[in-house]
Amino acid sequence: MVGSLNCSVCKKNAVFLSPLLCKEHFIYYFEKKVEGAIKKFRLINKKEGVVVAVSGGKDSMSLLYVLNKKGYNVTALAIDEGIAGYRKNTLETMKKFCTKNGVPYKIVSFKKEFGKTLDEIIILHKERPCSVCGVFRRYLLNKYSKGFDVLATGHNMDDEAQAILMNLIKTNISLFNRLGPVSGKTKSKKFTRRVKPFYFCSEKEIMVYSFLNNLNTGFNECPNIEFAFRLRIRDILNHISIKKPEIKRKIIDWFLKNRRGEDNSLYKEDVSECDTCGEASAKGICSACAFMKKFNK
Amino acid sequence: MMIIFIEKTNKKIRKKFNGKVGLLLKKLKIPPETVIVVRNRELITEEDVLADKDIIKIMSVISGG
Repeated sequence: MVGSLNCSVCKKNAVFLSPLLCKEHFIYYFEKKVEGAIKKFRLINKKEGVVVAVSGGKDSMSLLYVLNKKGYNVTALAIDEGIAGYRKNTLETMKKFCTKNGVPYKIVSFKKEFGKTLDEIIILHKERPCSVCGVFRRYLLNKYSKGFDVLATGHNMDDEAQAILMNLIKTNISLFNRLGPVSGKTKSKKFTRRVKPFYFCSEKEIMVYSFLNNLNTGFNECPNIEFAFRLRIRDILNHISIKKPEIKRKIIDWFLKNRRGEDNSLYKEDVSECDTCGEASAKGICSACAFMKKFNK
Repeated sequence: MMIIFIEKTNKKIRKKFNGKVGLLLKKLKIPPETVIVVRNRELITEEDVLADKDIIKIMSVISGG
């Protein structure tokens, strides 16, 4: 191939620049990176039942693929928020993959659980979509991951760096307890431990891995993303990355070095129950039930 | 004339260009960290050299939300 650089290991054409690797060695490098994070933070072991939160996009499909390939005991859990023109295709991708590979899956929907799709909620109640969606998704992931040892999500290095910056800008330090490679109130039976095996993988690395393994489903972005503060932070970080490609990893490393860790009081605190649904809640009524109460007035 | 398909905007553009992928992305004001580039169904890097007759696809690495 004209002008191609060669793989630093085998001299075949490179498909990735940093590190300089061909297809075969990039796949090896990526999988080692994921396994390295799993080992370093003791995220999952092969005896545990792992439920993977799957949207059908490149991150979650790659996560399901790599964990299944490496012999973890995986089940896919998808949430259909009810966003027209967005979720249907990705759910089909997930169903096809699971059927082909013998992976069990479950799909739960906002409509069935809460009586309304996200689209209906936005129109009827004039709510900011990301606020409602975030609360309802977390609620359903927690509810339907019970019975499994661990809930794995496709959050990557870009997501984490964005979240760290967002919390800093909002000066909301308490939200840092939700970040890190392992999150959730791990000492409480009301929560399933949440882990992020792609903690050190960039979006680009995941996209390359997904492309090389034919997992790519085409560009698919939530139509509500324009409302999200995250979008602006994402663009700023990607802009800085042109001159400082290591910036996202540096933010993550700074966070890991300076966070208070598992011994802080918020982490240890016992979780009370929601008065309405009985699910875990820091307050008398959980955020999902608070929204439902508001919507049903 | 090179044919460039930009997946995110679903747009096809024709452009006279010879040079590295990295330079093309710069001209199109696309940060390399946000895309992968495919030619003949094969992944290429910013250091690959493009010819004027090439047909390429620029795919966004950002999805979801």
